[in-house]
Amino acid sequence: MAAFAEFLPYILSGVVWTLGLVAGGIGIGFVIGLLMSIGQIYGGEDIKAILHAYVWFFRSIPLIVLLFLFYFGVFPATGFKLDPLACSIVVLGLRSGAYQSQIFRGAILSLGDTQLLAARALGMSKLRGIFHIVLPQALRISLPGWSNEYATMIKDSAITFTLGVLEILTRTRYVAMATHQPLIPYFFAGGLFIVLTYAGSKIVNTVYERTKIPGLVGRL
Amino acid sequence: MADGEVVLKVEDLEKTYAGNKVLNGVSFEIDRGQIKVICGPSGSGKSTLLRCLNLLTHPDKGRVWLEGKEITHEVGDVNKARQKIGFVFQEFNLFNHLTALKNVSIALEIVKKMKKDEARDLALKELGRVNLADDAHKYPAELSGGQKQRVAIARALAMNPVIMFYDEPTSALDPHLIGEVLDVMKKLAQEKLTSLVVTHEIGFARSVADEIMFMGDGKILERGPPNQVIENSKHEVVQKFFKRINELYRRNEA
Repeated sequence: MAAFAEFLPYILSGVVWTLGLVAGGIGIGFVIGLLMSIGQIYGGEDIKAILHAYVWFFRSIPLIVLLFLFYFGVFPATGFKLDPLACSIVVLGLRSGAYQSQIFRGAILSLGDTQLLAARALGMSKLRGIFHIVLPQALRISLPGWSNEYATMIKDSAITFTLGVLEILTRTRYVAMATHQPLIPYFFAGGLFIVLTYAGSKIVNTVYERTKIPGLVGRL
Repeated sequence: MADGEVVLKVEDLEKTYAGNKVLNGVSFEIDRGQIKVICGPSGSGKSTLLRCLNLLTHPDKGRVWLEGKEITHEVGDVNKARQKIGFVFQEFNLFNHLTALKNVSIALEIVKKMKKDEARDLALKELGRVNLADDAHKYPAELSGGQKQRVAIARALAMNPVIMFYDEPTSALDPHLIGEVLDVMKKLAQEKLTSLVVTHEIGFARSVADEIMFMGDGKILERGPPNQVIENSKHEVVQKFFKRINELYRRNEA
């Protein structure tokens, strides 16, 4: 038992790495997803086709295959020297962008075109209308779906153990192997993921409640 | 800016949707201070006409001039032209995430580049003009339909338009809320705010319109002073239309 008192803090410090992976992945995915959703709705046919292919690519390939493809294939072949952490964040981000674009796209479509029409009628450019009128509403609508994306990302991040990123799972495996007692370390790791998932959904819920638009029930 | 100056000139407008000619050669003019009402059965091209006039929809053919400057055919900046045209939608189209005040002030800040407090003051003034100064802090979902439409009118007025377009502004309202919107519109008409109004409210048309244009099959079938078009039309379609409207109107009055 004494061994665990020493090892559990080692696993615990993996939380920082896991959160780094999640924050980086979600952040990159947010920017990519938002831009993509705008392109998917307001872009020309060529842009739509390219974005469709992107979404299809990243949603069809298992995450672990993507990680290996980029870490061992794409990045070395194109001369990028990314360490496992950076590579994992980029891949998680590119993939999350594909998923997030679908969340934002659905939200924008659910608004209908009348909001942008009203903005244009006031003399706003399309871009201003999207930025000031459409997105503030679409992002609110996106929050529940977005909370799912966070929960998925937390759990997916564990796969980066295959590249040796020092997140929770990688550290847990080391401890399990060193102590020859897998039960407690893996239970502990599982507990950490439960706490992270729960805390994240709590935070998103709080944001959702705080940004609620008075009087609008259900839809926004 | 004397009376009699042409504010809006429309020449031979055409628009086809999916093989269906919605507008088939529409031409007319509105002078400063004039109020013109467009009537006609649904599907006759009234809404399409309004949207072609401020280029929310691009006409296939024809030209539109605003204060003597052509705005069709990529001449000039469309966004500039739209700033001068107040547009009131049937479904209000208020910005759901903004208070009544912000709904009115946002375009002032973003489009007209006014300072925040200036935009706020002007927005409050415009809300006062539609009798909603006390509800400035409310969100659209907290307002009744009639209040929403009045906010929408204030939002359009704040841009200081040279002409107002109303696209069936009372059609989405419960009957008991129509009056408050019409009252505001009448007041603005009496202030000689140049307006083009698509509506079936013949009471409104009778009391403030200089001319009724009756549309059918994408054309203006008949135009003239309200009483002449409503009571003494030579067209059978027009007679039938107003007979039905009159019956509805009386039922609501009773």
